[in-house]
Amino acid sequence: MNNPDKLEAVNKNSQTQSDVCIKVNDLKLFYSEKSALHGINMSVPRNKVTAFIGPSGCGKSTLLRCFNRMNDLVDDVRIEGNITIDGDNIYDKSVNVADLRRRVGMVFQKPNPFPKSIYENVAYGLRIQGVNSRRRLDEAVESSLKGAALWEEVKDRLEDSAFGLSGGQQQRLVIARAIAIEPEVLLLDEPASALDPISTLKIEELIYELKDRYTILIVTHNMQQAARVSDKTAFLYMGDLIEFDDTNKIFTNPEKKKTEDYITGRYG
Amino acid sequence: MDIEGIGHHISRQYNEELEDIRTKVMEMGGLVELQLVNAVKALEEDDSELAETVIATDYQVNSLEVEIDEECVQILARRQPAAGDLRLIMAVIKTITDLERIGDEAERIGKMSLNFKTNDNIKSTLPAIGHMGSRVRVMVHEALDAFARMDAEAALQTWHGDRQVDKEYEGIMRQLMTYMMEDPRSIPNVLDLLWTVRALERIGDRATNICEYVMYLVKGKDVRHISAEQMEKQILS
Repeated sequence: MNNPDKLEAVNKNSQTQSDVCIKVNDLKLFYSEKSALHGINMSVPRNKVTAFIGPSGCGKSTLLRCFNRMNDLVDDVRIEGNITIDGDNIYDKSVNVADLRRRVGMVFQKPNPFPKSIYENVAYGLRIQGVNSRRRLDEAVESSLKGAALWEEVKDRLEDSAFGLSGGQQQRLVIARAIAIEPEVLLLDEPASALDPISTLKIEELIYELKDRYTILIVTHNMQQAARVSDKTAFLYMGDLIEFDDTNKIFTNPEKKKTEDYITGRYG
Repeated sequence: MDIEGIGHHISRQYNEELEDIRTKVMEMGGLVELQLVNAVKALEEDDSELAETVIATDYQVNSLEVEIDEECVQILARRQPAAGDLRLIMAVIKTITDLERIGDEAERIGKMSLNFKTNDNIKSTLPAIGHMGSRVRVMVHEALDAFARMDAEAALQTWHGDRQVDKEYEGIMRQLMTYMMEDPRSIPNVLDLLWTVRALERIGDRATNICEYVMYLVKGKDVRHISAEQMEKQILS
């Protein structure tokens, strides 16, 4: 079903090697004995938005969590193959996972601000890194909040609790927290699925602006959202990467029937 | 995209909506085809009653166009179709525009036939015009058939047929020009025929447009404004 050679060929068609930020090489993942990803091969382009779509249980969130080794936290998970980011194998024994997660930020479905002030939420990562200069923290908080399109809404109440913000604002706050430590890659796991349509659009607009600086990978159940925000779309089905191509192509003329059936709402 | 795949949506209502649109396009196509046949016949047989029918039918064709357009807009707004479904909606929107124009051309021929005063000399052109008319009608029919069956290869075949129509068009034009040179008094009448032949030629072009939409619908490839060789390569590969 999954033909690595063919998919590699598709990847190479549309981008040169230097555009590739992340390479996934024959990645297999097992939950104890059960195989959840059966050998994924793909090249994720730099400074682009790549969306992962597929039905529940297809492995898209599992795959996303491989990019910052969140699966290490799950018992009984075994991984074969590897992922390289800018040529570094992130599954190499020498890799410091905390460093990796600094390079690869993640935002989850439900906004999860810390029970602290808005300011301290954004400054948190930097403080952990040992940054204590008030001036540097002020600058970082302001630029991150601006980057997350939240600054105008919160600049006069930075010391208020983050829990006083709306769901959409909290999600943007979490994104500000993620970009404060200047990662290279942002992983977004259904970042807008708990938000109302207007907040969703703000997050989508933000994703569009952020891709100039970050390589963004997003898992979404909302296909229209994938169509709107992403440059590349990967369709996963039962642990296989069925098709990975330009979003324009996937949504107008996909190669594989399985992809077509899924995005047009047909049963196979 | 193939004909078997058209149903099978999880939403049965969506299946029905798409099927309804397809049925209406076929209905509209049938009407336009009939308009075309009758228009040419009215001219050949000097049948003013039939010409009036052709003109009257245009109203139905127009209202079908509006109705189908509306349904397509509803589907775009409510279903956000993708892939083959999206191409189907795009192909339908474009096809009905061309069908409506074919209807207008047929109506024009009908009106022309009402003015037309036969005299023996130019009457001799009528069989050739009739022949061209039936060739064009077959093209329209086959284009619609390819649409109904979602058959890109049949569409390609029909698309090629336009070359023959263009040849006949040139032949009749030359003939009509000689009449005008021989007898300037015949010019008003000949001009009517000339516009008729021009209308038929345009209908042939519109039928090829529909063929191109079918190829886009089925293969997902935009084959407009490319050479015949490139088109064959795209469709038969």
